[in-house]
Amino acid sequence: MGVTHDTRAGQGEVRAMSVSQAEATERATGTEKYVGRAVDRVDGPAKTTGRARFAAEHPYPGLAHAALVHATVARARITAIDTEAARAVPGVIDVLTHENTPPMKPPPKVSFLDLSTLVSGTTVNYLATDEVHWNGQPVAVVVAETPEAARHAASLVRPSYAELPATVDFSAEEPRAVPQKGNLIAEAEADKGDAQAALAAAAHSVDLTFSTPPHNHNAIEPHATTAVWEGDRLTVHEGTQSIAWTRRHLAKRFGVPEQDVRVLSPYVGGGFGGKGSVWAGTLLAVLAARVTNRPVRLALTREGVYHTVGGRTPSTQRVALGADEQGRLTALIHTSVSRVARTGGMPEGITAGSRHLYASPNIHLRQSITRLDLLANTFMRAPGEAIGTFALESAMDELAWETGIDPIELRMRNEPERAPIGGQRFSNRLLREAYAVGAERFGWRERDPRAGAMRDGRWLVGMGVATAYHPQMRFSAHVKVRMSADGQVVVRCGLQEMGMGTATAQAQIAADELGVPLESVRVEIGDSDLPQGPGAGGSNQTASAAAGVIEASAKLKRALLALARRAPGSPLRGRRLEELEARDGGLYHGGRGQTYAEILAAAGRDHVEAESKGNMLGLLVRTMNDRRKWVKAAIGAQFCEVRVDPDTMEVRVSRWLGVFDVGRVINARTAASQLRGGIVMGIGMALSEQTLVDGRSGRIVNPSLAEYHLPVQADIPRIDVHCLDEPDPTTPLGLIGVGEVSITGAAAAVANAVRHATGKRVLDLPITLDKLL
Amino acid sequence: MRSFAYVKAADVEEAVRAVAADPGAKFLGGGTNLVDLMREGIERPDTVVDVTGLPFDTVDELPDGGLRIGALVRNSALAADRRVRTRYPMLSQALLSGASAQLRNMATVGGNLLQRTRCPYFYDAASACNKREPGSGCDALDGFNRSCAILGVSESCIATHPSDMCVALAALDAVVEVRGVDGVRRVPLTDFHRLPGDTPEIETTLAAGELVTAVELPPLPVAANSRYRKVRDRASYAFALVSVAAALEVRDGMVTQARLALGGVAPKPWRAREAERVLQGGPADEAAFRRAAEAELAGATGRQGNAFKAGLARATIVATLRELSTGEAR
Amino acid sequence: MTEIRMKVNGDVEALDVEPRVSLLDALRERLGLMGPKKGCDQGACGACTVLADGMRINSCLALAVQYDGSEITTIEGVTHPLQEAFVRHDGFQCGYCTSGQICSAIGMLAEHEAGMPSAVADASPLTEAEVRERMSGNLCRCGAYNGIVDAIMDVAGKDGR
Repeated sequence: MGVTHDTRAGQGEVRAMSVSQAEATERATGTEKYVGRAVDRVDGPAKTTGRARFAAEHPYPGLAHAALVHATVARARITAIDTEAARAVPGVIDVLTHENTPPMKPPPKVSFLDLSTLVSGTTVNYLATDEVHWNGQPVAVVVAETPEAARHAASLVRPSYAELPATVDFSAEEPRAVPQKGNLIAEAEADKGDAQAALAAAAHSVDLTFSTPPHNHNAIEPHATTAVWEGDRLTVHEGTQSIAWTRRHLAKRFGVPEQDVRVLSPYVGGGFGGKGSVWAGTLLAVLAARVTNRPVRLALTREGVYHTVGGRTPSTQRVALGADEQGRLTALIHTSVSRVARTGGMPEGITAGSRHLYASPNIHLRQSITRLDLLANTFMRAPGEAIGTFALESAMDELAWETGIDPIELRMRNEPERAPIGGQRFSNRLLREAYAVGAERFGWRERDPRAGAMRDGRWLVGMGVATAYHPQMRFSAHVKVRMSADGQVVVRCGLQEMGMGTATAQAQIAADELGVPLESVRVEIGDSDLPQGPGAGGSNQTASAAAGVIEASAKLKRALLALARRAPGSPLRGRRLEELEARDGGLYHGGRGQTYAEILAAAGRDHVEAESKGNMLGLLVRTMNDRRKWVKAAIGAQFCEVRVDPDTMEVRVSRWLGVFDVGRVINARTAASQLRGGIVMGIGMALSEQTLVDGRSGRIVNPSLAEYHLPVQADIPRIDVHCLDEPDPTTPLGLIGVGEVSITGAAAAVANAVRHATGKRVLDLPITLDKLL
Repeated sequence: MRSFAYVKAADVEEAVRAVAADPGAKFLGGGTNLVDLMREGIERPDTVVDVTGLPFDTVDELPDGGLRIGALVRNSALAADRRVRTRYPMLSQALLSGASAQLRNMATVGGNLLQRTRCPYFYDAASACNKREPGSGCDALDGFNRSCAILGVSESCIATHPSDMCVALAALDAVVEVRGVDGVRRVPLTDFHRLPGDTPEIETTLAAGELVTAVELPPLPVAANSRYRKVRDRASYAFALVSVAAALEVRDGMVTQARLALGGVAPKPWRAREAERVLQGGPADEAAFRRAAEAELAGATGRQGNAFKAGLARATIVATLRELSTGEAR
Repeated sequence: MTEIRMKVNGDVEALDVEPRVSLLDALRERLGLMGPKKGCDQGACGACTVLADGMRINSCLALAVQYDGSEITTIEGVTHPLQEAFVRHDGFQCGYCTSGQICSAIGMLAEHEAGMPSAVADASPLTEAEVRERMSGNLCRCGAYNGIVDAIMDVAGKDGR
């Protein structure tokens, strides 16, 4: 992986740009031995032997098991709740309802001064009122000696409801959507020129309305919590993407000091955004443990996850494009409607990609929302961009058909020099290279441009492309790095590992920064007692933590050098760090130097530790300043080949290539895996995934892995992933997060390939065969 | 799941008597469907009689050249049986297209016959479902009914029978052997399952306490040229939208024998006798296949979500027959 | 309560279980073997896959009482080249489905060896398409499917299949 591209347009200019002092301190300094390599995951043996322990797998003496009772109506007051039969079940310890449970403190109001306020999954204070806000909301908790007894007893709890009118049908409410407000970090609208007039006057135009269904994350580990109170001290085992904010949230809700709450989350069995917030199960496990004075485990059923953990919003989107005879865009209109709940949820930046992907003199972007009586939506892998790029990139493909221009060529003709709305520069944007490399590797030239013209036996063959795009985000990280007298390094930060290879990547970075063997670095993550890390979201974690590891490593080397300089006879006396090379487990100037172990031994110290505290407020200010200057994002070109059965119109993805500009790659293997994973999820989104919400009741009709169709092994062809591996000059180590970009554009690439194979444009996801018959 | 008593049956008569005498008792085979339904609270037996220890786990030759398949033969074992693969390939293919390898290793032939529908409203205790709760109504009629049936339905139920294996058995003229307190009874597979009518909760013609002990396949030379084609929403591990089990014999361009059954479109494995009638003696060409498919689907009653199944079934029938007549894989 | 005896990862275990306890819960909650995972508890994901008398099954749909007298192997009892191959080929990300994937792959290789056909083809040779179909009972939401196939093909190749 990693080809060098000297042909990059405007490279000199990019290279010459000034980099701020703060940014300079985050750049790598050591010789790089491990960064970029395909290093085995450090937690590989634990995960392949069954030793890795997830949240529901911690035994405690006296552990009790909890199960939820879910409402079966969309909006109501509970008039009575009969728990008698449940209590009669042998082994039942207690049944918690709003009638008998001391209330938690209400969820905090959202404030950008305290970002932990963002992790309330919903605004509902469970078991504190008689109100039901969505079909599936927890209304009672059964605690029992065994999971079997708890679950069975939960099925016997009988609430009675006084039903209230509920608004649950997105397609019915969608026409009444109201404009979405922007916020500090995400604008909801944009206008440039007069897009409507330009569209009307355009030589070529397309005007399409798309829909995307709700999706659920479906991490294979259902959400689970093990909660243990010892007096007022709380320990929680929880698979979470936000250890620090979960801790603060729990402290607030249960009225205890933050330092008395410990959240342990060394392994997260998949997240994808679904474990980024604090949902009912976590709170109710902690509450049940407090009320029953027992350690309590609450492992949600799969159905329980659907009923209590939000998913991706559905959307309807209009994309209208106008172009001149040469295919240059004259108008770009992208509007969207999504939904949130009356009790929480987050509007998505569905048109965000349309701000940055194409040069057009006239742009009109609007986002609207409806508020429904459903479970709050939440982040799911590339919120906004995943579904927004489906519409935009499908429309671009349709414009290619309309104009008769090759879809890659059409995109290249509309590649902007600067951000189309704000005029900022792109910190890196190798989209031309991505398409050039991709077209070559994928054999794009062999594509017959006519629809339905390519065959393999009876199968219709189609090839499609789409652009992937996801902005780069960063948070602050508090990182401690310790060097011990035996030369062993420990990096400590409360990061999350849900499959990204978190510890592995940071170990590679630390090993290079300190010039030590990878084997001598241990990275401790997954514990709120560790220095506070960023949450895992927005593809930020690796870059955010890397900045901290680099800075802490630099401080550590400085401290070690200071020790050496005080020692008589040290070859490092009089040396400045800038003159030295960190290698072979020590600091060297040419051939002369000392190992860290020697330095520590001479100083009589058993270890030295340094830290990078991270400064979220400073970073926020910097980010805001930065946003005026730069657009930082991951970008890529998705190439998809499908086969379509001409009788049944079954679609099979037969080949895939993704070429990505994600800056510098830290671990070639785990980065490729994450990129593949996003593509797999994108294929699911394209062909089979949808959460069915009954428009009459607001009830999710397919809350199971049997009926919500994730891609299975047989659905997924060999996925070729290629990273251009060109460092972004504005980010730590030049890296851009890889967690989300590859789901963007993926569904459009499939839809465009299907269009090529069949001549049919499917506007409504998923592309099930009935839409092609 | 509520508590229940567990009995491991050591003797078939004892097992049949135990279940016949207790309306709250149920037989248990591989458990892949029953255990799931019990966990969901849809099946609530007081007593479970585990029959997997009974000696019905072999596939044996019948004197007439057919096969006798014990009810406890696992799906994977039956699919792998050389005789099945050579003489009745559609049956092996149907089995292998069902569920996953793990489930096929557990599931029994008898249990497969008694699989219950996957209609989402049947599975959700909070929804109206006449099959689960007689008289409660049917939320599928105007709800999400993409998976539901278009043939043989009633106003009370439009759920499909989910088995793949049974579709092949229906085409193969299989006979089910059942054992009750009064002795042994033989039921043609096509009469084993019932259409819903006003009583969708009664799914088979089994009497209380009757146990499926075997399925017999008659000798059927035409079945050597047979095929099971399953169309679904992903490439594997999903229930059929439509499936076709077909066997075809063609001589001099004319159809001399045809066997056809459909899955995913009806409340029971659907033997397509009307299509067979049209095919019989006619030309083995695309137009004739289409006529046969149209004849079978003429009575289809689709709803908003599942109307596409008629067209899909027609297309799948034609494609499967084409493949059998030309020997050309897709 | 029913008393059962199983040989689990080589050790004979005597257990008193309610008939409604699944084999998965018996392994996890009674024997502390947390390797087999609960992803759906309804036979739709394969994370609970274990080997029962050498056959791969979904332990979530198996009642423990039905496996009285059986030999059960969970990931904790596995020592197999697949484990290292999964690491080398990155056949996982979060690791939650991995125990089931590896147990399933062991069972799958044995089935293939025994001549068991699949929906793709009659047994041999073991192609990538074959592996994909035969491993479709194990979902991986992280999308590590390519790495899983690579790991299996690597090991199968070394066994001379």
